[in-house]
Amino acid sequence: MIGLRAAYIPAGIVFAAIAVFSALDRSNRKRWNNALFWGLFALSFLAGDLIGDFANGVLVIAMVLIGGLGGIGISAPATTTADERAASASRLREWLFAPVLLIPATALVGTLIFARLKLAGVPIVDPKQVTVISLAFGAMAALGLAVAVVKAPTRATVDEARRLMDQVGWAAILPQLLAALGAVFALAGVGHAVGELIGRALPEGSRLAAVAAFCLGMALFTMIMGNAFAAFPVLVAGIGAPLIVGRYGGDAAIMGAIGMLAGYCGTLMTPMASHNIIPAALLRLPPGAVIRAQAPTALLVLAANIALMDLLVFRF
Amino acid sequence: MMSLLGVAVVVLGLVARFNPILVVTAGAIVTGLAGGLDAVTIISALGKGFNDSRFISVAFLVLPVIGLLERAGLQARARTLIARLSAVTAGGLLMAYLAVRQLTCALGLLALGGQASMVRPLIAPMAQGAAQTRLGPLDDGARRLIDAHAAAVDNIGAFFGEDIFIALGSVLLIQAVLAQNHIIVAPLRVALWAIPTALFAFAIHAVRLVLLDRRLAQPAAKAPAG
Repeated sequence: MIGLRAAYIPAGIVFAAIAVFSALDRSNRKRWNNALFWGLFALSFLAGDLIGDFANGVLVIAMVLIGGLGGIGISAPATTTADERAASASRLREWLFAPVLLIPATALVGTLIFARLKLAGVPIVDPKQVTVISLAFGAMAALGLAVAVVKAPTRATVDEARRLMDQVGWAAILPQLLAALGAVFALAGVGHAVGELIGRALPEGSRLAAVAAFCLGMALFTMIMGNAFAAFPVLVAGIGAPLIVGRYGGDAAIMGAIGMLAGYCGTLMTPMASHNIIPAALLRLPPGAVIRAQAPTALLVLAANIALMDLLVFRF
Repeated sequence: MMSLLGVAVVVLGLVARFNPILVVTAGAIVTGLAGGLDAVTIISALGKGFNDSRFISVAFLVLPVIGLLERAGLQARARTLIARLSAVTAGGLLMAYLAVRQLTCALGLLALGGQASMVRPLIAPMAQGAAQTRLGPLDDGARRLIDAHAAAVDNIGAFFGEDIFIALGSVLLIQAVLAQNHIIVAPLRVALWAIPTALFAFAIHAVRLVLLDRRLAQPAAKAPAG
């Protein structure tokens, strides 16, 4: 069965190539930081399953210290000028879009077809990981097509990847780090403590207060954790299950669905979410620019969520 | 209650604008120590959590493709193409993308969009191209404002679309967490009750995109850095 390793090995190879090219780049003052950071990321993808949890933890801490304290230099490998790009664009025309569109096309086909392919009753592709594996296959097929269309020198592929990865920089590991923080929180019983605290502070007998506390708590805790999935178990155990469903007899499906969406409003407003950090890095925007574009919508949708839940949850 | 010290570390670290990866790691270590865990257990938990979530970073595999195509003029071509459709405004284009993103995510097709694979190479340059065709050359403030909104529609479309699809992580997580609290729900009902919020989110953001067009059209409006 094809599992996540099929996606991790190419990712590891790309990061390893970026690490080697970083080490050779004398124009980057921090080249050894870059080489070590991307090299450790490559190691995580290639050998993360072999080295054990503790060694992985040491690897994470080393990456955090390099990325957070030492800093990664933004390399400027040789690329094309604006004029060269315009000339190339008018020569290659719509062919330029083919590789970009091949990625979602493969993901689409993969999601619809891979999940059903079986050999002697065993699925060929791990059905739980179809989306990630199709994305990786799509990216590799697109890279092959892009190389054929663009006909750039071989080292340009690694250099262009390096240019973009250096722009993302330390933010590249933030999503995985937040997942790890969630794991430690769960281990130390943080969710339970937060739930108890909020539960005690709520006024008796007010349904609206419980609904508002649940939705606002989802948004706030999501802003702290950078991820609504980490906030959800905490707030459900603290307010959603015991108060909205238990005491006031609300509908659990509505509580869960709208509660999660209230959390997403928090994701749109937090500097902790990779959803806001990575596009800012990719589009070279000042930190906070994406959040400012999203915040008014997030606040209005959050208010709508509180109103909707109050209106619907006790009715169905 | 001691375990909440870690939450305080995260909040204070963010407010003081320390580097987020340092803040998160410090928060995890303080949480573990305050919760009575020893150093080896904490480091191992961090390592396991990081290793188990590598699937999130597979999306970076698209960057070599995007970089290579940008080198050959992808963004320039996207701008040229959209410039031919002079009826399209930046806000209108982003609204169309928002609708497509919400609908495809509701069908479970999250990978059809994305900041690295769609927004940077196509959506942001196309929105800039649309604004340029109507309004002439853009200043840096306007360009940044359009780029930030291009990133925003991708997030908003994905967040308020994906919960409608029953087999995606979020609906399954909701079901699993409720089950831990001894509540059994059907995934289909969870997915259906995500629809009202999805409609509100589209309506609210569509209005904001109309306002974005107006703001861009005001010649004197010096868009602030965001």
